[in-house]
Amino acid sequence: MKKISYLEIEGWSGKLLGLLAVLGAITLAGLGAVYYMEHHGHYVTGMNNQIVWGMPHVFAIFLIVAASGALNVASIGTVFGRTIYKPLGRLSALLAIALLAGGLMVLVLDLGRPDRLVIAMTYYNFKSIFAWNIILYNGFFAIVIVYLWMMMEGKMHNYYRPAGIAAFIWRLILTTGTGSIFGFLVARSAYDAAIMAPMFIIMSFAFGLAFFLMIILIGYPGMGRPLGDKTVKTLKNLLGVFVAAVMYFVLVYHLTNLYATEHHNVEKFILAGDTEFTKIFWIFQILLGGIVPLVIFYTKLGNSRKILGLGTLLVLIGGIAQLYVIVIGGQSYPLEMFPGMEIVNSSFGDANTYHPYLPSMAETLLGISGIAVAILIVVLGSKVLAFMPASLADKDVDPHSKG
Amino acid sequence: MKYLRMTLILLTVLLGGNTVLADVPGPVIPKGNADKCVLPTKQMRLEHMEKILHHRDQTMKKGIRTTQFSFKKCISCHVVKDKAGKAVNYKDKRHFCNSCHTFASVKIDCFDCHASTPTGTTNTSTAGGHP
Amino acid sequence: MSNQDSSSNGITRRQFIGAGVATAGISVASGISLISVAQAKPADQAVTDKQRWGMLIDTNKCATGCTSCVDACNKENGLDRGDEQHSRPDQKAQWIRKVDLKDKATGHAVSLPLMCQHCENPPCVDVCPTGASFKRKDGIVLVDKHTCIGCRYCMMACPYKARSFIHEELTNQLEHAPRGKGTVESCTLCVHRVDTGGSPACAEACNAAGHKAMYFGDLKDANSDVSKQLKLHSSTAIREDLKLNPGIRYRGI
Repeated sequence: MKKISYLEIEGWSGKLLGLLAVLGAITLAGLGAVYYMEHHGHYVTGMNNQIVWGMPHVFAIFLIVAASGALNVASIGTVFGRTIYKPLGRLSALLAIALLAGGLMVLVLDLGRPDRLVIAMTYYNFKSIFAWNIILYNGFFAIVIVYLWMMMEGKMHNYYRPAGIAAFIWRLILTTGTGSIFGFLVARSAYDAAIMAPMFIIMSFAFGLAFFLMIILIGYPGMGRPLGDKTVKTLKNLLGVFVAAVMYFVLVYHLTNLYATEHHNVEKFILAGDTEFTKIFWIFQILLGGIVPLVIFYTKLGNSRKILGLGTLLVLIGGIAQLYVIVIGGQSYPLEMFPGMEIVNSSFGDANTYHPYLPSMAETLLGISGIAVAILIVVLGSKVLAFMPASLADKDVDPHSKG
Repeated sequence: MKYLRMTLILLTVLLGGNTVLADVPGPVIPKGNADKCVLPTKQMRLEHMEKILHHRDQTMKKGIRTTQFSFKKCISCHVVKDKAGKAVNYKDKRHFCNSCHTFASVKIDCFDCHASTPTGTTNTSTAGGHP
Repeated sequence: MSNQDSSSNGITRRQFIGAGVATAGISVASGISLISVAQAKPADQAVTDKQRWGMLIDTNKCATGCTSCVDACNKENGLDRGDEQHSRPDQKAQWIRKVDLKDKATGHAVSLPLMCQHCENPPCVDVCPTGASFKRKDGIVLVDKHTCIGCRYCMMACPYKARSFIHEELTNQLEHAPRGKGTVESCTLCVHRVDTGGSPACAEACNAAGHKAMYFGDLKDANSDVSKQLKLHSSTAIREDLKLNPGIRYRGI
């Protein structure tokens, strides 16, 4: 097998400049939205005392979960020794850092007091899974940067495997922590489930790989570099497995809830209710985010790169929908404080059977800018350093090809 | 000759500029409403934030409500009234804390939450509004 | 019986009986008050866990449509001073609210005030990343707004939706109740009153209005009125199954 040569993005083509301009514009718009929200206060957003976490959190958690999964590609090459994944390791690590940075940016900028970030980094309540997440996220940056350095620096090549194993274990803990943010909440019927943590892990596998596949499907033709079928097919099949696994976890989660009578109301709310969550769940999360991509990946439709690209985009859209149902839907369903009783009247909205949420443009823009920032980091990073192989043609990466 | 002229100009700017800069007016700090503060003025100027922050943790976490460094007492003693006899709040540059903190360009966020005038004295600001 | 004039040192039997009756009357009257006013702790002493503040709310005496407790709380803590002019109604803060319930099976209707339950094992304290949400040694659960970063995780975690977020800049705060944009707040059990020997504004208002549905006191003092009432009739906590052991208990639900 030939030695892989890596190359930065060459030149400043019109396509590259155009892409940077668009991403930059979205990022600036997002930052402008942040200034607007922070200056006036959250009254300008759609969030209120019932729906306290909104669009920014949906996008932030989506990006953070995808970040940990994006590292999977590198881990499969490093930790599990699969040769065809090895050339993809550097890009995978860069993407992981980029997605995490984008997600954290959105999360931090939506705080009620973002000026107190230093307090968040210095005052720790170690019983809080949120506090642990802050440590895990920062540690992730450090570990992945070290991992990258060892992959890219020839002299450190002997050490990159331990670094890769450390990164793999760290991000499993990190994603377990992210899922536990919801899993540990006893108060709400839709959360308070141990399955949230492993479900988030499997979601991270799917979303991270979808992002990765999307980037090379668009990036390689865009750069004029060859992208062989072997790499694409391997990633496509793996993504199919992950998407199916996510569906399985969703199935188990709902099946378990449906068995327990005390959870019947929240299940009816999500699965068969008359609110937007039911439509988002069935149409965007299950159909478009699960069934259609599986059909694309496992039939001849997946042989067309364009349709495959559509499939990965649908996985990502399904992921955002899934998090919308989890984060917003879970808050929209009222607290069950008085079992067997009907709340006739309350000045704080307890009597509602559902809390509506209408996201404002500002908070949605903030969420979207997180994705823009992540892609911006990948593109600019690849312009400066050699993260991407010069060629992913079959003859260059396939361990079984001759030559 | 050229170098001598340059040196003379340079010295004038350096020394003369110093004199000019030294005449920037200091902050106008209103007097408090008692004979003296709870600590000597010089000590207060150096240590007031330390005292305020320590006392706030004592009150918040342990319920200790001694009055020497009570924030309410600071505010009530250091209240500044305008010509109409109404207390000025933090938005006004005559406010006690503001008079020095604006000059020193050290932003404090106490009054994001705390009342900057004693309760009962008429507040000059209207509710809401932008900073 | 000798006639004693007023300038002598002794007192008449009439005066003695009068004084005795007056003293007995005062003792009995204070004994039947519903709010045990604790001996105010010295200002320089830290609170200890020898006391645990709590309330018993008798929903049988709580009337639908009465909002004495809510109005008193809003007045006491400055929530009714015209701040939050830009916030929508669903964004405005509420520290205590009245909830009217009806049993679906029997039709029995009940009304009760709902505020921070000051749990012994508060989920909001567990989840706060900076430790701003904390429980004092005497059981009162508070938000230290100096450390609050406004992440709202405690609002997600509270099983009673007791917490509110401030969505805009405030300028009309009362000096004993600091509140600010971007931080989370909730019922403080009128800690500023309790620390000086008083009782929460809601309970006081309920009693002053003659409804007498709210008992406040030290749960660890067997002689306090609230403890005696808790011993007398059964009471429950809301969402008792979560085992948070709230300091606020209810009779009649």
